[in-house]
Amino acid sequence: MDMKTLYLLVPLAPLAGAIVAGLFGKLVGRTGAHLVAIAGVLAAFIASILIFQDVQAGNTFNGALYTWMRVGGVNFEVGFLIDQLTVMMMLVVTFVSLMVHIYTIGYMADDPGYQRFFSYISLFTFSMLMLVMSNNFLQLFFGWEAVGLVSYLLIGFWYERPTAIHANLKAFLVNRVGDFGFLLGIGLIVAHTGSLDYREVFGHAQTLASQEMAATGWPLLTAICICLFIGAMGKSAQVPLHVWLPDSMEGPTPISALIHAATMVTAGIFMVARMSPLFELSDVALSFVLVIGATTALFMGFLGIVQNDIKRVVAYSTLSQLGYMTVALGVSAYSAAVFHLMTHAFFKALLFLGAGSVIIGMHHDQDMRNMGGLWKYMKITWITSLIGSLALIGTPFFSGFYSKDSIIEAVHASNIPGAGYALFCVLVGVFVTAFYSFRMYFLVFHGRERFGQPHDGAHDDHGEHHHGLAPGQKPHESPWVVTVPLVLLAIPSVLIGFFTIAPLLFGDWFKEAIFVGGHVGLKEAEEAFHGAFRMALHGLVTAPFWLALAGVALAWFFYLKRPDIPATIARTLRPLVTVLENKYYFDRFNEIFLAGGARLLGRGLWKGGDQGLIDGLVVGGTTKFVGWMARISSLFQTGHLYQYAFTMIIGVFVLLTFWIARV
Amino acid sequence: MTDIPFLSLAIWVPIIGGLVVLATGSDRNAPLARTLALVTAVFGFAVTIPLYTRFDVASAAMQFTEARSWVWASHFKFDYYLGVDGLSVWFVLLNAFITIFVVIAGWQVIRDRVAQYMAAFLIMSGLMNGIFAALDGVLFYVFFEASLIPLYLIIGIWGGPNRVHAAIKFFLFTLAGSLLMLLALLYLYSVSGSFNILDWHRLPLGMGAQSLIFFAFLIAFGVKVPMWPVHTWLPDAHVEAPTGGSVVLAAIALKLGAYGFLRFSLPIVPNAAVEYAPLVIALSLIAVVYIGLVALVQADMKKLVAYSSISHMGFVTLGFFMFNLFGIEGALIQMISHGFVSAAMFLCIGVLYDRMHSRQIADYGGVVKTMPKFAAFFMLFAMANAGLPATSGFVGEFTVILGAVQYNFWVAFLAATTLILGAAYTLWMYKQVVFGAVANDHVAQLVDLDAREFLFLAALAFCVLAMGLYPFPFTEVMHASVNELLRHVTAGKL
Repeated sequence: MDMKTLYLLVPLAPLAGAIVAGLFGKLVGRTGAHLVAIAGVLAAFIASILIFQDVQAGNTFNGALYTWMRVGGVNFEVGFLIDQLTVMMMLVVTFVSLMVHIYTIGYMADDPGYQRFFSYISLFTFSMLMLVMSNNFLQLFFGWEAVGLVSYLLIGFWYERPTAIHANLKAFLVNRVGDFGFLLGIGLIVAHTGSLDYREVFGHAQTLASQEMAATGWPLLTAICICLFIGAMGKSAQVPLHVWLPDSMEGPTPISALIHAATMVTAGIFMVARMSPLFELSDVALSFVLVIGATTALFMGFLGIVQNDIKRVVAYSTLSQLGYMTVALGVSAYSAAVFHLMTHAFFKALLFLGAGSVIIGMHHDQDMRNMGGLWKYMKITWITSLIGSLALIGTPFFSGFYSKDSIIEAVHASNIPGAGYALFCVLVGVFVTAFYSFRMYFLVFHGRERFGQPHDGAHDDHGEHHHGLAPGQKPHESPWVVTVPLVLLAIPSVLIGFFTIAPLLFGDWFKEAIFVGGHVGLKEAEEAFHGAFRMALHGLVTAPFWLALAGVALAWFFYLKRPDIPATIARTLRPLVTVLENKYYFDRFNEIFLAGGARLLGRGLWKGGDQGLIDGLVVGGTTKFVGWMARISSLFQTGHLYQYAFTMIIGVFVLLTFWIARV
Repeated sequence: MTDIPFLSLAIWVPIIGGLVVLATGSDRNAPLARTLALVTAVFGFAVTIPLYTRFDVASAAMQFTEARSWVWASHFKFDYYLGVDGLSVWFVLLNAFITIFVVIAGWQVIRDRVAQYMAAFLIMSGLMNGIFAALDGVLFYVFFEASLIPLYLIIGIWGGPNRVHAAIKFFLFTLAGSLLMLLALLYLYSVSGSFNILDWHRLPLGMGAQSLIFFAFLIAFGVKVPMWPVHTWLPDAHVEAPTGGSVVLAAIALKLGAYGFLRFSLPIVPNAAVEYAPLVIALSLIAVVYIGLVALVQADMKKLVAYSSISHMGFVTLGFFMFNLFGIEGALIQMISHGFVSAAMFLCIGVLYDRMHSRQIADYGGVVKTMPKFAAFFMLFAMANAGLPATSGFVGEFTVILGAVQYNFWVAFLAATTLILGAAYTLWMYKQVVFGAVANDHVAQLVDLDAREFLFLAALAFCVLAMGLYPFPFTEVMHASVNELLRHVTAGKL
């Protein structure tokens, strides 16, 4: 089989699975649907491994599959760019997707929409692969919107829940705001380079950097980069376009792991890394990226502290970690961003699937206040979740340590505007991450067993039917289809950083795919790097490690040792907690001013403009004017002969006078 | 090329077929009328296919031309002169294609005056093909005006409770516009001594005359498109029209005005077109933004889609008047795509209306529970309406926005708001109607698509996806003519 066929197989196998499971779901049945879908993703995964080996041997590919459209001398193509960055993404996407597919068999076992679910997640895998494998902006945008569509369908999977269909509409629209910027960025690129192909556009990067925008006089490349990044802010949920991600937890847990943690939300990170030849030439854009990322990293972390829904804690943690990746992009440490993207994909998928396993064990109760002491009942879930948490907080030797520490190093070394603020955010963020992660861990797995009790009003329940364990009922470990993916994800969560940091960050793996111009990037970190083992040992004596340790210790003290203290603090710091519980009022603001404002404006234009002014005054006015003229002229038509005769005589008289006077 | 007069066939097959259907008379012969109508529609589409397969994409000239002198009086003559180029050929095909769906859509639903109903649509279809193919001013005007009559009757006879008001509003708006066009055509005749549209393209005209003619055309075609602020007849007409009427109105009738700009305004008065382009662009952007906002607050599905149509047509006029290749070709693609998507949206609403006899969004909810197949199709078309890539709705919008960035960034900025607004109103409606818990007993008793409905939605779904995944064949046909048009406009007449 030649390589091009293999490339095609990667996205098309999951697509075939999606079509079979979606259109012929009834025919193939539940087992048939999941077998076909899993076979498709498995084929894609195996093909990705083969392609990985091929790329390792030095064979990259950049070419078109077909010409989609041709207008104005520009070829709009569909094609692949297979290089080191692409193949890494392909491996991550297909592996996590495969795990999630298997896990779904257990998680969705009783759901009536079983086939539909498999169809969607396979379709998602197809779209995501099209996105990462693209060699041009058109296909990138196609994948970009297609993953958004599937995300929309999956968040609203349980379409009878009002919260779910509110959340999915919100997710789609917020993403559309990002796409709005993204599309304008692509438009600027086409207008000034006449091409959509990455390679060609990158070839014009220097020319773009020296130009200004005709309409505004802004530096062109900066405008392009910021427009593109606005797209990334939507997809990768950066402040202020982050609001959709926590609500996306309305979707079933497997997709929270796959789409809203491991893959789709990292598309923005991937995209900026891919565009590094453009971003490198604009310090303003990089600073913008840095500040947005730093803000997201820290302030979304704070919100994780006050959540009681287990999935929402993980969701805010995802937001915060995406902020870290964005920070890495801002300081030109693109490979560190992509590296963190990869390690995060494994441990965050693990944490989500672990949370899902807990939710199954708790009979779909997601409130951590009703858990506690689960380690006794769910051993595999417990251990794997602990591994995921340790990786997340950056414990030396775990994968998360290597990626997060590299980012902090890069921020430390950077000197672009905003780097000081970013350093503060990422360091405090380490403490916050450790604190909320272990708050969750302790509340769920340790301490007093709080389940099986009659619930008070503070139950974070969405559905119409009752969830949770009945009094006296005990949680139970999940079936093997659930625990096997947990174990398989736990392995890379521990090991992948240790084994891949040297080639990915300080080797030349990304040399062709990622461009670092005059910025420091990872250069200083590279000088200090003497192997993964020594890096981890050194990590034990640096500030981030102690900050993390302090976070864990504080969580232990607050939630195991003295559970009364958090309540006291919450009482004394009421205003602050209120702000956090309301998520800094972003949602309120959007609903009242943006959504409400648009509807108000729409109603005003409709009632005032269309109905009042145009129909009422102009159209109605014309009608009235015609009617009025008709009434006046009808006055002359009295039907009395003598009046007509009189008018005629007067008329003849006037005409005659006029005629005679002229002569 | 052979001598088969394909364009004449495209015009007269539906008209004569329509007259035959009409002759079947009373509703006792309804099955016969339906069958005859379907045969005519399919045959009418079949005769247009060679227009694509035998089209010479390298040529910008008129093709399939037919000219017969039709002298009327010694000093007032016009010709039966037909032809299509890359600007018009798609609309003949689209029109004939959509006619099939209209016949099928009215198959079981229309029970009164079946023969007359089918005949009205067939005759209108032929007349509208005449508009797209006419190269003689008088011929164009006759077709343009005559096509009003069947649509007026369709709304006025088979429409909803306020049909008479809507029909009259529709008629008056468009008639007022076309009287101005008549004046312009007569003026052009008096200057050139000919009704040949292609002669008019070459006719030298001063700026003053160009300006007057431009505004006459702007009003005439603007009403048809419809452009803001002469758009208010459209929502009313749609609400009252039967499903088939809405489909034709949205898919084809709205294209007549836009086509007029390309065939008349741009080539006949190029300098005035360039001069007043900012005005048209401003009106188009108002259509996109203002109408998009208005669509957000509609409670009636048909009104919502009608406003959405106006907003989408704003992209068409925007594309035309930026005078670049992306703009014009994007606008043409948008017109074709809108033909598929708006037809599909109105057919979907028709499917619901036939069951529930309500167009109010508030009367629905949870339709997916009882009509999953329908929900899947409706989702696809809603996404196409919101311009999702891989559907036809994306191609035109994307290309026009690319053209707009070339023209002026802020124009593109405003145009691109449709990404947000279009998604907001379409998906909000979808959410209210399809998602959620089953709203009431009526929804609970809904029956999913039958074979007939499944067939026409599947056919349109195929078109929407095919055009979204591979628009190449659509644009290839346009290049030569659009290039020639742009060259002509840039050269000007002064």
